[in-house]
Amino acid sequence: MIKHEIFEKNSIILLIGILIVVSIGGLIEIAPLFFLESTIEKVKGMRPYSPLELAGRNIYIREGCYNCHSQMIRSLKDEVERYGPYSLAAESMYDHPFQWGSKRTGPDLARVGSKYSDDWHREHLVNPRGIVPESVMPGYPFLLDTPLYYKDIKEHLEANRMVGVPYSDEMIETAMEDVRNQVDPDADTDGLLARYPKAQVRDFDGNPKVLSEMDALIAYLQMLGTLVDFSAYKAEGQNQR
Amino acid sequence: MDYSEVSHFSQTWGLVYLVVMFLGGVIYALWPKNKDKFDHAAHIPLEDD
Amino acid sequence: MTRETTANARLSVDGWVTVVALLIGAFYATLTAARTEDPVMSVHAYIFAGAFILGLFGIIKAYYDNSECLADQPAGAETTIRYNLDIVKAGVIASVFWGIAGFLAGDTIAFQLAYPDLNFDASFFNFGRLRPLHTSAVIFAFGGNVLIATSFYVVQRTCKARLPGTLAPWFVFWGYQLFIVIAATGYLMGATQGKEYAEPEWYADLWLTIVWVVYLFVFLGTLWKRQEPHIYVANWFYLAFIATIAMLHIINNLAVPVSWTSSKSYVLFAGVQDALTQWWYGHNAVGFFLTAGFLAIMYYFVPKRAGRPVYSYRLSIVHFWSLIFMYIWAGPHHLHYTALPDWAQTLGMTFSIMLWMPSWGGMINGLMTLSGAWDKLRTDPVLRMLVVSVAFYGMSTFEGPVMSIKAVNSLSHYTDWTVGHVHSGALGWVAYVSFGALYCLVPWLWNRTQLYSLKLVSYHFWISTFGILLYITSMWVSGILQGLMWRAYNDLGFLEYSFVETVEAMNPFYWIRAIGGAFFVVGSLIMAYNLWRTARGDLRVESRSLAPEAVPNPVAAA
Repeated sequence: MIKHEIFEKNSIILLIGILIVVSIGGLIEIAPLFFLESTIEKVKGMRPYSPLELAGRNIYIREGCYNCHSQMIRSLKDEVERYGPYSLAAESMYDHPFQWGSKRTGPDLARVGSKYSDDWHREHLVNPRGIVPESVMPGYPFLLDTPLYYKDIKEHLEANRMVGVPYSDEMIETAMEDVRNQVDPDADTDGLLARYPKAQVRDFDGNPKVLSEMDALIAYLQMLGTLVDFSAYKAEGQNQR
Repeated sequence: MDYSEVSHFSQTWGLVYLVVMFLGGVIYALWPKNKDKFDHAAHIPLEDD
Repeated sequence: MTRETTANARLSVDGWVTVVALLIGAFYATLTAARTEDPVMSVHAYIFAGAFILGLFGIIKAYYDNSECLADQPAGAETTIRYNLDIVKAGVIASVFWGIAGFLAGDTIAFQLAYPDLNFDASFFNFGRLRPLHTSAVIFAFGGNVLIATSFYVVQRTCKARLPGTLAPWFVFWGYQLFIVIAATGYLMGATQGKEYAEPEWYADLWLTIVWVVYLFVFLGTLWKRQEPHIYVANWFYLAFIATIAMLHIINNLAVPVSWTSSKSYVLFAGVQDALTQWWYGHNAVGFFLTAGFLAIMYYFVPKRAGRPVYSYRLSIVHFWSLIFMYIWAGPHHLHYTALPDWAQTLGMTFSIMLWMPSWGGMINGLMTLSGAWDKLRTDPVLRMLVVSVAFYGMSTFEGPVMSIKAVNSLSHYTDWTVGHVHSGALGWVAYVSFGALYCLVPWLWNRTQLYSLKLVSYHFWISTFGILLYITSMWVSGILQGLMWRAYNDLGFLEYSFVETVEAMNPFYWIRAIGGAFFVVGSLIMAYNLWRTARGDLRVESRSLAPEAVPNPVAAA
């Protein structure tokens, strides 16, 4: 059955041909991003998320916020005026996964940090139309009542380290207390602030008794876009984007 | 390898590569000897068995 | 398909492999369920364990029933080819079920945007969790089942060979349904990777990878067994779909789980690298799942239904290679003006524009297959559905390249225009060509002379076409309106509108879209009813006979 053998080979040849053809585009486009300077440059101020911010980010992902909110200010005049300086590649270098989004049913959140008060965020998340009557956002009252589960936060930091986020041994060791200390204004936070410069320390959800998911989510929202000092960073010059 | 070298390479050899690939496909499709094979293949869905 | 004639009721090699794998899987899943503290993982481990045990029971029952599905060579296979059609029937039923579920989920979230109180602020029912449920249900559950069912049908018929293996095809089918259940329940409980169209968590991804590799080998195995010298072009498209999706799925979902008993993982890539990998995946999910796979359907079902060979087989070859080559480059057009380097954006845009040509080549090939038989469009509503799907394909593959131009994209991106564009392709092309294939398959598979009612097909066609038109026109208006409002300046040089003013302006269009979606759902319910009656063997007495069945029943002879 020599004839039959050739036909068998043909389908394999077809398969190989398909794989070669479809590999080329991806390789040429994606591979350079791991080497080119504009995509791997470090920008002053960027640091890994504090454990509480990371937990808040995971709630952001869990609730599917990315379905309606982008975190990517494009280099267009109106966007820069509406949301702030356009987003740099380095600003999402520790984001596993990235949360640039693809749809703005709600506004961009890349620089929402420190624009509104904690109270505003809490009220808005619990009942969006109580604050913004025209909003179409769902409410998230359950975040207030749900205690944050952070028993495994060390493992979260370790998993992040495995994919390349530079969490130090010390950061992993202190992860549990860093979560607690970031919502406790009376705690000794020198270590926390040394590990995570510019981390904001306070009770975020207005209820000091419970370390809730709301605490974590607001802590995350309040730090978005606040790490890089754009008054010092010159985003001008030749823009190869 | 910096950006301008990459872009020069893709705008020359990349273009040649594309054209060659495309011509290869077209020649295969139009090769007279393949006509019978294709005519037969086109009728495969219509054959009742 | 009589059971008595089955001579050899014993487990084949792939049967034994499946049994052992299911045992190990059930054991491991039970162990995980006992060890985990993660409620999501706990639920999913129980679902896995239950599914594996059910699978074992199914095999044992089939063994003692002497079921034909365990026989590699069914009785009578020496003289005629006995196709495995039961698996196609199962796929057709699953397609209709998941289709309606996915359309309903979609219309639910459309109404949530028009009237946000419908979120009920209950975590599992919020837009953010239901939206991935909708997209996965329509793309992977509905579309995926249509592709698996039709590919198993087409590859057998065009190769004149039975699917290889006994349990392997059933493993593909049930394994895929299990993946869907895991993914869907995960979204409702908040388990997501946070990457669009790649939301299922790491263990669901691993499971799908196993299922997909078996799928590839069942498909390839049929090609190896074939009696035809040539591999028909539809199978090329199916093969490209299966192989490329495997590659995209594996690379885009590389991740490190927090622990073996945690449902949460962190994806391997970050930031800009992750963004381009994601949209390389995302756009090629469109290109190879929603386009190449469904073009395979077009290349088989349109000629079959029209009763004439494809317009130009040569064009189909050029169409194939140029389409798969160009699609793979187009992903960066999702990232215009972002932190992605400019050269990558330009490359993505260039290939997206070039893609217009092979796309229209394919459309012309599909439409011109009807040349000389245009009159059939008047009498056969199923053919009309197929042809209109190809026309929608042409429309959205023209709109796509336009939207990939950076200047246009700066307006359209982040707006409803994108949503409308996706749905003109998803509803007009993917769903319609699937409906056409389902309308063809049910009478063939259940050995009926024709559909229960052609008139109901016509109703389905007109009602859902009206729905699609409401959908895409409202999204055009709202998308362009919102894009223009975002960039509008007043006389003093300030931005004219606050963000929330642009949200408010969307409301009427959200209502129109939701109502359009409801029409589409109603149409699909009519189809389900029609197909169900057809399978039962009913025939509706229609006052005006629309058409005698255009195609003679090919199964009758088998």
